[in-house]
Amino acid sequence: MAKDKTLQVTAFADHHVITQPNPLRKVLRRVTEKDLDDPVGRAEKALAGLSGEFRNWMETEADRLSAAHAAILKDGFSDATRQELFRAAHDIKGDAATFGFPSAGAAAESLCRIIEHAPDLDQVPSDLITHHINAIQAIVRERTKLDTASVASALSRKLRGVADEYLAHANRDRPEHLEAILAPSIAPGD
Amino acid sequence: MFRIDFNKLRFLVCDDNPHMRRILRTLLHSFGAREVYESEDGATALEMYSHYVPDIVITDWSMPIFDGLELAQMIRQPESKGNPYAPIIMLTGHSEKRRVTVARDAGVTEFLAKPISAKGLYQRILNVVANPRPFIKTKTYFGPDRRRNTGTTYIGPERRVGGEMEVMQQPSLLDKARATI
Repeated sequence: MAKDKTLQVTAFADHHVITQPNPLRKVLRRVTEKDLDDPVGRAEKALAGLSGEFRNWMETEADRLSAAHAAILKDGFSDATRQELFRAAHDIKGDAATFGFPSAGAAAESLCRIIEHAPDLDQVPSDLITHHINAIQAIVRERTKLDTASVASALSRKLRGVADEYLAHANRDRPEHLEAILAPSIAPGD
Repeated sequence: MFRIDFNKLRFLVCDDNPHMRRILRTLLHSFGAREVYESEDGATALEMYSHYVPDIVITDWSMPIFDGLELAQMIRQPESKGNPYAPIIMLTGHSEKRRVTVARDAGVTEFLAKPISAKGLYQRILNVVANPRPFIKTKTYFGPDRRRNTGTTYIGPERRVGGEMEVMQQPSLLDKARATI
């Protein structure tokens, strides 16, 4: 263990508990209420200032996903093509709600679950994956239409239902995957 | 009441997605941070970690070649010449319970599920600054104390051998991940 004189190490039978003076205490400052600023509010304003770029960013992410899918249609599943499809979908899952496209994020999450839990991706009905890609593209491209929010939400829910049904059946003999599939997600819904 | 002098903190941000790096940079600068170093993969992040000695690491999980989980494991090497104690905040789209557990076991200090929010990020930073946890070293683990239960009646196989002084009340990573959504 690195020698550090500020560390206090207490030994127990099968472990050590290591404590040290808070190395970041220097950045904490006691202030009165009137001197409290609002860093979260400031950050939210700054984020809102970026929002004009979110649509372009989302389109870039959706195009990356389509390109990864096109590579699979052309060359089939390999470690590289599978990982690229997963990463593209995973990024959309994480980013889309921030960019104002929560339904695209929900559809991307459903696609991530297929990639992660399908026993054999070559056996997954190609339409199931294609519908996810097309739905994400449609949600991103058609967002400006008035009635799209509810349609997008219904579409992503339907995709998730079909994907879950497929995964539950495909993993019926793989209890560890089944458990993960059926476990309640703490990821945000739509 | 406390406030954080963000301008005294040095951050290392690791995410392969340039949009997410831009968002993180924007949030951290808005909080008041001046020193924000960025990396798009775990290997580069590890080099930058040694070079810049950041106070706080914020990392994505899924990245090509060398991911955020491996980065956390590399940082949490008790024999390393660098600082193995820096707080690591994992910011990721992975939000399933088992992922939170794996991240915890890799030595991650805080877990923040995407989509990111200014409030969620600020709370994680405030927590690692104001409430650092002791570190635990066992044969198989080195990292912030993972113990979350205050009950002393547990006698299962993973019970550490020791006194009651080790039992500390801490909110679970899972609860924190839930709190942001």
